[in-house]
Parts: sequence; structure tokens; C-alpha cells
Amino acid sequence: MDSVPVNGVLRSRLIETTIMALEYDGGVVIGADSRTTTGAYIANRVTDKLTPIHDRIFCCRSGSAADTQAIADVVTYQLGFHSIELDEPPLVETAANLFRASCYRYREELTAGILVAGWDRRKGGQVYCVPIGGMLVRQPVSVGGSGSSYIYGFMDSNYKPNMTKDQCLELTAAAVSLAMERDGSSGGVVRLASISKDGVERRVILGNQLPKYSTH
Amino acid sequence: MLQETGTEWLSQEVKTGTTIIAVEFDGGVVLGSDSRVSAGASVVNRVMNKLSPLHDKIYCALSGSAADAQTIAEVVHYQLDVHSIEIDEDPQVRSAATLVRNISYKYKEELSAHLIVAGWDRRDGGQVFATLSGLLTRQPFAVGGSGSSYVYGFVDAEFRRGMSKEECQQFVVNTLSLAINRDGSSGGVAYIVSIDEHGTEEKVVLGNDLPTFFDQ
Repeated sequence: MDSVPVNGVLRSRLIETTIMALEYDGGVVIGADSRTTTGAYIANRVTDKLTPIHDRIFCCRSGSAADTQAIADVVTYQLGFHSIELDEPPLVETAANLFRASCYRYREELTAGILVAGWDRRKGGQVYCVPIGGMLVRQPVSVGGSGSSYIYGFMDSNYKPNMTKDQCLELTAAAVSLAMERDGSSGGVVRLASISKDGVERRVILGNQLPKYSTH
Repeated sequence: MLQETGTEWLSQEVKTGTTIIAVEFDGGVVLGSDSRVSAGASVVNRVMNKLSPLHDKIYCALSGSAADAQTIAEVVHYQLDVHSIEIDEDPQVRSAATLVRNISYKYKEELSAHLIVAGWDRRDGGQVFATLSGLLTRQPFAVGGSGSSYVYGFVDAEFRRGMSKEECQQFVVNTLSLAINRDGSSGGVAYIVSIDEHGTEEKVVLGNDLPTFFDQ
């Protein structure tokens, strides 16, 4: 893990975070907060945790910033090469398996929780979860990062299969905002992206535009 | 678990790793809890009622170490009895909460229990108090226990002031069900207690009657 001196003490840069990905009929929606911390200092308050791996495949990164950036770079290279060999766009499942291969082989050295989401012609929108340890599982909706604990209940009660893209975007924005309010390691702005056969649409929701849930 | 002899649980601390919630409505309160008591990986009691009466119209919800929580509740029950005889009327909810807080704060290094105190009195109607780590704060609703982390997002999004008693009961049951689904230390049945000026009503919702969600 990369360590930076903060007030004379070495701290590692972490993306303790809130990330989320959901499938809808025709694509996926992904979302994340934007905070990177080094101890109690927010090293980057506008981080982009939604990283493109290929034209229609993204990953959401949580855990160690260095580890996840390195893995994402490796997988981007491997997938790009594979796609040239195949002479067609790669499958989301392939990208997910490449992540899993790295995360499992080096599981003792890495701290990386990754959500792989994208669209391909064979199976449409797919979300794959590769948590710490290097498991791989496909789920219709998945949350990750330190803030995810707080929104499991919200997700379970509000997600329904076969939602529209706009409903998914609203749900993701609401869930990430709720997590940001409760988790000290999540905050900043909400970054959203939707991926379908027509391409990728990215959006940012600034702090003052977030839905408000304060009860006092 | 090749080496397990089945007796590890005898030496592990008994915890009510749990989910507890109390909600205020206009005219009273609703308290809810799950019913699981665990010692390590074993469930030593699957039907424990964690809603303990402190007085006719004041209840507390127990979480954390089972022994610590029960003892605090019993001591405060006795102290409130004496106090209500001395003042010759029903005690205030704030008095009960203060008594719990006094014990929690004085012995905070030795105890590891969190009690939520809720009830109805003539002066201020329905009230909910949190006493975590020895603080005392009145809140419109409070959640606690290991399962509460998973439902912070849900309760933040769904709670509204001015709900009726039935809406509060439904809100409590939904919250408990979501938490039980995600938290390994919560489970069993849901106990609900509703307190208003007319009296106290205790109810049990069995496991198969709990609300289900999209993945069940």
C-alpha cells in the first residue's frame, strides 16, 4: 500500500468509500462517492472511483487506492489485448474474471474491493462483485466499500427487478447520499454513470443538489 | 470446522448481537427488537425478548453484552420503583433514561451494553432516549445493536415525523426484517411493544410472517 507522511506519521491512502452498481434491462448504472482519505485527512475530495476498463465496461474501486489503480491498469491492458485478438468487444464476464485472477492470486498483499459493471451483446447489462479475497459473483445489485453497510437495508427494500434506467439512477444517487451522511469515510459529490449499448453517460451530483435526509 | 468439539460456545461471551429500534409518534412510542442471543457462533437463545419493562409505560431495549444489559435494566427497574413511590405518581421517561445513563456512564469502562429507553408520560407524551456510552439524548427515533448498521440508510430515508401508531409499527417491523436478513447476529422473531396513554401492547411477529424483499 502506498504510504504518505501526514503530520510526520506514515499513513496509507485508502478509498474507504461507498460504491454501487445495479443492472437494468438494457444496461447498468454505477455510482460512487468522491472521498479519498489518508488517516483523517481527505487527500482528494473529488476522486473519480468509476474507472473505464473498456468502451462499455467500468469498474468501481474501493480499498487501497494504489492497489486498485494498479489492478485496473493491468486489467485494462489485458482486456485491450484480448479484445484485439478476438476482434470484437470483450465480455463483461471476461473483465470480471481478469480482476478476480489478480485479486485472488495476490490476495495476501492486496486490499481491493471491486465492482465490475458493463454491457455486452451476449448478456446485456451485468454487475460482477469481486470483494476482498478474490471471490467472483454476479449480482443484480451490489454495494461495496465502508459506507455500504449502512445502505444494505435501503437497497433490499427499494430495489426491484426490471426498473428503468432513470429509476436506477435515482436509487443509486439516493443510496450513495444516505451512505455519505452516515459514513465518515464517504463524502464529497456523487458520481454516476450509465452504460448501455448506446454508450456511456456520466453525471456528477454536487453536494448542495443531493437529496436531503436529515431528521432533526 | 474439522476440529470443532462443539463446546467452544461455553467459554465465549454471551452477547445480544442484535437489532433494536424505538420510534416516537404523536401520542406514544413503538419499540422493536429481534430475539437472537449468541455466544460466538452458537445461538444460545432464539426467542429472547429484548424489550424489558422499566415501569408500566416505560420500556428499554437491550443490546451488547446480555449480562450487562439485563443487569442494568433490573437495577433501573428497582430504582424507578422506589422513585415512583417517593413521588407518588408515574415516573417520567426522562427519569428512567437518566438512571440508565448514570449507570452506563459511571461504569463505562467495565460495561458493554447499549440500552434505548422509550415510553410515554403525561408531561411530554411519547419519548425516545439513546444512552450509548453514557450520553443522554432525546431523538425522534433510535436504532442500536450490530444489525443497526445495515439499516441506517433505510431508516434515514423512510422515517417521517407525524406517523400514526400503525405506520410506526409497520416501519419497525420492516426495519427489523431488513436487519435480520443482513446481520448474522440478529434473527428469530420480532418483538414489538407499543406504548401510549391508554396502555402497553406487546406483540410477536413470527419469522415467516416478517416482510420479505426482492431477493427472498
